[in-house]
Amino acid sequence: MQRYSGFGLAKHALTHNENWQRMWRNPVPKKKYDVIIVGGGGHGLATAYYLAKECGVTNVAVIEKGWLGGGNTARNTTIVRSNYLWDEAAALYEHSMKLWEGLSLDLNYNVMFSQRGVLNLGHTLQDMRDIQRRVNANRLNGIDGEVLDAQQVKEICPVLDCSPNTRYPVLGASWQPRGGVARHDAVAWGYARGADALGVDLIQQTEVVGMRIEDGQIIGVETTRGFIGAETVGCVAAGNSSVLAKMAGIKLPLESHPLQALVSEPIKPVLDTVVMSNHVHGYCSQSDKGDLVIGAGIDGYNGYGQRGSYPTIEHTLQAIVEMFPTFSRVRMNRQWGGIVDTCPDACPILSATPVKGLFFNCGWGTGGFKATPGSGNVFAWTLAKGVAHPIAAPFSIDRFVSGKLIDEHGAAGVAH
Amino acid sequence: MFHIYCPYCGEHREENEFRPKGQAHIMRPKDPESCSDEEWADYLFFRDNPKGIHHEMWVHATGCRKFFNMTRDTVSYEILEVYKMGEQPKITAASRVVGGEK
Amino acid sequence: MSQANRLSQGGQIDRSKQINFTFNGLRYTGYEGDTLASALLANGVDIVNRSFKYSRPRGIVASNAAEPNAIVQLGSTEATQVPNVRATQQALYEGLSARSTNGWPNVNNDAMGLVGKLGGPMMGPGFYYKTFMAPASMWMTYEKFIRKAAGLGRAPNENDPDIYDHYNRHCDLLIIGAGPAGLAAALTAANSGARVIICDEQESFGGSLLETADPLNGKPASEWVSQVVEQLAANNDVLMLPRTTANGYHDHNFVTLHERRTEHLADKAPIAHQARSRMHHIRAKQVILATGAQERPVVYANNDVPGNMICSAVSAYIRRYAVVPGQKLVVTTGNDSGYQAALDWQAAGREVVAIVDCRANPDGDLVKQARQKGIRIIAGSAVFEAKGSKRVTGARVAAVDLNAFTLKGDVEDLGCDTIASSGGFSPVVHLAAHTGARPVWNEEAIGFVPGKVKGVIPVGGVDAIYPLNEVLQSGHQAAVQAIESCGYTLTPLELPKATGRVEGKAAALFQVPHLKSTSRAPKQFVDLQNDVTAAGIELATREGFESIEHVKRYTALGFGTDQGKLGNINGMAITARLLGRTIPETGTTVFRPNYTGITFGAIAGRHAGALFDPERYTAMHQWHLQRGAKFEDVGQWKRPWYFPIGNETMHEAVARECRAVREQVGILDASTLGKIDIQGKDSRDFLARVYTNKWAQLGLNKCRYGLMCKDDGMVMDDGVTTCLGDNHFLMTTTTGGAAGILEWLELWHQTEWPELEVYFNSVTDHWATMTITGPNARDLLSEITDIDLAKDSFKFMECREGMVANVPARVYRISFTGELTYEINVQANYAMHVWKALFEHEETYGLTPYGTETMHVLRAEKGFIIVGQDTDGSVTPEDLGMQWCVGYDKPFSWIGKRALSRPDTRRKDRKQLVGLLPSDPKVVLEEGAQIVFDPKQQVPMKMKGHVTSSYYSPTLGQGFALALVMGGAERMGETVFMPMADGTVYEAKIVSPIFLDPKGERQNV
Repeated sequence: MQRYSGFGLAKHALTHNENWQRMWRNPVPKKKYDVIIVGGGGHGLATAYYLAKECGVTNVAVIEKGWLGGGNTARNTTIVRSNYLWDEAAALYEHSMKLWEGLSLDLNYNVMFSQRGVLNLGHTLQDMRDIQRRVNANRLNGIDGEVLDAQQVKEICPVLDCSPNTRYPVLGASWQPRGGVARHDAVAWGYARGADALGVDLIQQTEVVGMRIEDGQIIGVETTRGFIGAETVGCVAAGNSSVLAKMAGIKLPLESHPLQALVSEPIKPVLDTVVMSNHVHGYCSQSDKGDLVIGAGIDGYNGYGQRGSYPTIEHTLQAIVEMFPTFSRVRMNRQWGGIVDTCPDACPILSATPVKGLFFNCGWGTGGFKATPGSGNVFAWTLAKGVAHPIAAPFSIDRFVSGKLIDEHGAAGVAH
Repeated sequence: MFHIYCPYCGEHREENEFRPKGQAHIMRPKDPESCSDEEWADYLFFRDNPKGIHHEMWVHATGCRKFFNMTRDTVSYEILEVYKMGEQPKITAASRVVGGEK
Repeated sequence: MSQANRLSQGGQIDRSKQINFTFNGLRYTGYEGDTLASALLANGVDIVNRSFKYSRPRGIVASNAAEPNAIVQLGSTEATQVPNVRATQQALYEGLSARSTNGWPNVNNDAMGLVGKLGGPMMGPGFYYKTFMAPASMWMTYEKFIRKAAGLGRAPNENDPDIYDHYNRHCDLLIIGAGPAGLAAALTAANSGARVIICDEQESFGGSLLETADPLNGKPASEWVSQVVEQLAANNDVLMLPRTTANGYHDHNFVTLHERRTEHLADKAPIAHQARSRMHHIRAKQVILATGAQERPVVYANNDVPGNMICSAVSAYIRRYAVVPGQKLVVTTGNDSGYQAALDWQAAGREVVAIVDCRANPDGDLVKQARQKGIRIIAGSAVFEAKGSKRVTGARVAAVDLNAFTLKGDVEDLGCDTIASSGGFSPVVHLAAHTGARPVWNEEAIGFVPGKVKGVIPVGGVDAIYPLNEVLQSGHQAAVQAIESCGYTLTPLELPKATGRVEGKAAALFQVPHLKSTSRAPKQFVDLQNDVTAAGIELATREGFESIEHVKRYTALGFGTDQGKLGNINGMAITARLLGRTIPETGTTVFRPNYTGITFGAIAGRHAGALFDPERYTAMHQWHLQRGAKFEDVGQWKRPWYFPIGNETMHEAVARECRAVREQVGILDASTLGKIDIQGKDSRDFLARVYTNKWAQLGLNKCRYGLMCKDDGMVMDDGVTTCLGDNHFLMTTTTGGAAGILEWLELWHQTEWPELEVYFNSVTDHWATMTITGPNARDLLSEITDIDLAKDSFKFMECREGMVANVPARVYRISFTGELTYEINVQANYAMHVWKALFEHEETYGLTPYGTETMHVLRAEKGFIIVGQDTDGSVTPEDLGMQWCVGYDKPFSWIGKRALSRPDTRRKDRKQLVGLLPSDPKVVLEEGAQIVFDPKQQVPMKMKGHVTSSYYSPTLGQGFALALVMGGAERMGETVFMPMADGTVYEAKIVSPIFLDPKGERQNV
């Protein structure tokens, strides 16, 4: 793997940038692998990377029906935080957070992880009770967090309207200083490059169309380029998880919904932190290119169209203008949507299935991007050992049968 | 924004008069006590979530407040039919040759 | 030198109306009808901005929405600042003030330009991914500098003085684009009686007809346009919307149109309460897409120096605005259309140095015309490099072999100050792609045309139909198809005739090779706004990015405010060539709204500020206001929170209110709680299915507390339901749950149990509810009612109808405070009268108004839960110790029952509701405090529950709380600990959640 550095940039500039190497190969798929990961988004690529790097399993293929990172990884609003309520979720997201903190150096790829803090606003007395509860739990779980009053929120974010005259005045917020944003494409590319360098085959433009199961054991996947064998298969396909599950005769407790997002045109720096409000339904941060990146809640109907309905955009911008009145004359550039696989308890599924060797990593709903490193890491472990990583164990699909759900709708921060 | 025909009001109305209410034709087991935990979980949580033809419930929330069913393509968002609660769909994944863009 | 480039005649400007404006602090003049761009060009302004990455000087390239460079900060006051206005789309008005968005200290002498020149080679696409990694702690410092350099214009730092509105409209036919195809369609449809809406993003209708040299019926095309506009204006079934951009196409023919109503007049709406702009929400039966085609520039070295423009823009400036943006012109083209720019230039009296045509034997009508006019044509060649830095000084030309991608023969240097290029035309397909239909490659037209969308008919240029007669026909035919599908019959009409023109076949001209390889040649720009070069695209493919999506993301091609209108197709063609694929194989992006940027305020509309969300008031609201109540938001309701007297703090007010209730009588406005009227012979049966408890034996005029679960066994809502008749019940719900519970009841009835005869109606707003509670409640009420209130006549948990203050009322003896309570319900419009009637006896009984805070304290003293505060969706009735409320043996398996016997709901160590008494009586625990059994353990600590409700009780004389604690029911008397953020650790004892009057005697008196 060609190492990157500032010095390298200068060196390559001298040779007209003609000697940069490919970031990853475009290999012909082998007949068989030890592990196949279906889905080449952030989570799938991270899984492949950690399989190779930490679990010593390199005979791995990632099979992606489009282009790497082209699904939800390319479409999310890039927020990273770990301030979830329940112990199990907190452990998973904090595990991820710790990996974020060393990720650029580990991958030798700048994922532009910027820990500029995340505010989750409270607008009612019950909001503030929930915030207190969550931040106290964070604190006792070793996760950074503070409860702020309206004045403190204003000091951190001067452009936010914290006056008592708004329809739902800001009463306070939870503040996670270590939270922030990262560059989504870079995460996919960094993991892809790293995995490829360790021997993982990244197979793009190849769609899995069936699964071959014999005597209750998976033996491989049927693809648009033929059959590829493996006795361990991990499905990491976000909104398309139910489609894959159906091939294996399995049903999941998922619904795929549109999740919309939008950006403004690039403007000079005006917002230095991430602001999220459940109550008025909107969240906002400003990218390094200057665009305001804004997210909405999901659209209520099932949708695989990577788009949602216009009223959602309207309501979201009403919320944004309500929170940031000085943004009213800033222009929206573009909107888009992803397909989020939502789970009844707003927590993911990291699980074995009734088919031996077949595992699913899905159900991240609106909270997947922040978990990319952690998800890949514990899922890799699970695939390598055949048994759930301790952090992944509570997220087994069995919890829907036993009733041991982990309800993170409040902390998920995005309207369901 | 969808343009939805309410089979009770007898006209097309805007999507924001309605609320989507999830997969249709899910029958609550008549004898819950004899359901296993798996069966109960299946009823409560497990869904088909198809990429393509979906039969789903909608309610005309700021209109007549009636629930009805809809057959819709979850990829193109084309509404293929609406039918009253208690009726069966005419268009199903099996009956329709699915073509066109993904 | 005032307006040196302005022609003395021609154009559609009004020379009698001079306009003064400022650009970068300098004053200029223009005319009405100018855009800011045409006025700047008229005044000979070369450099309008600096590019965002390399800080290179940039000039105006286009004359419409496709402009990538002339992005300005508009506004003469702070509050009216608008960032990123496209000068080509901004009408000039008196006093307009604009600045370049980049360039320091100014746009002509930019300090960053040096950085761009020297650092440029190091700043290829994605360079920031390859560096700034170490040390990790420095990233955020590097980032500060990156962020400072980013962004174009700036947001204002004062609130927006303008308002924006929305309009919902329906029509038979929506026509997007009022060029020849759109106008032909509108005429056809309107003539036949259809309801038509036609919009165009430009200041006036006409589209390409405003700039074309082609006559219609032998006369200038603009004359036909005027006639049509007049005709349409006289038709009541036609709505014409100029200055209106169709920015988004949505499912089932829903289209958003953004109408700029005052942006051509001033910084902000000139009249008070006038909307600055308006979003029209259109639901159309049929849509005709007549958005035309956009010319592309050619990619060659230094094609970004000011003076490089696209041919159609040159023609537009000359013909429409009477501005010639230079002295000496070279045209480089691969099609006939490019020749028009040279003909217009020459007709305006300026010098055309040459037309360089990459085709070996160009021979169309325009080519012949150019030859006749003596213009030099250099065939089989192309401009491969522009000379100059702040303005073009020359063009380097050579013969070119596009297939082999190399130059041949000798180089000729042509002196000029303007290079106009035409690489071809790209249909403006965007709207047709917004709902996911991928554009389709048309090999003949060398462009993408719209994919099929139900209900949308593309016509004219957007469908790659270019000859004017065919364009008019296609608009007409589409309108015929559209109106007939709406049930109208065509009233025939005659279309105007254009003189047909013979066009030579266009060449596929995208990038011109250079003498040096792409990676070594001077920069060849593909996306001007984001400084994306051909070398950058090459680098992307070299590094393994092979999908066009990857290339775009890696290089930022098409991600600017112009959304790649000039660059995307060139970028795709270059990528295709590098990967050895065809353009359709390389793929195309699906476009998404908005076609051009729309402000947040315009999209939000009037639902901002006071209109963001409705405020719901009860019938007694005015009284609360006058009494000085502080309010709490509960859903959309404004509920009194507490009623401070004088300088009371909240703590003091609440303590006084609590004492008043326990010792005398208090009154609470409880109108906001949901009320659902349930009737029908199967009502009782239905209640038994949706509630956990039993209803079979509830007699007439009796009340019962009910608990509602979801089918997963978790508590969802609660409230008291009263039997008003055999087939008549009144259900109450929580304030926040009202609408949801009504829908829940309907869901079960309509979808699961339609055989039950039961009807539901929301009566929340019909009845106002005033709750009087305390030892004096009976005496107070007896002053104004005829109902027999004697203890044995009107028992606890019963309901009576009668007159209260001469108004028909229902009075319920239910209690949320644990004191003697009467809940008086009257028709809402009588409520204030009744409320005031009670207050006539204020002194006598010590009647004290109280709010939600006091209500919380009093109910907590009695261990009554609040759903959503003491429960969070993961709590069962058994967790709450409410087994008494669960009818385990009811015949029907009610909602929630089955789930209560799953493994997790059977666990012994589930979190259970308990009371907590702090060891230190002065302490009021924090709501949300986490509970541990062992305060000495290290972080991460094992948490065992949390404090759900916590107050100071004046009655108990100390703080107390409700909490959910693991296995709490078995832990009475144990001490638990709450470690706080400041290091303090509080202690409390687990006790029963009922702190007062556990036998419930006080409410029974």
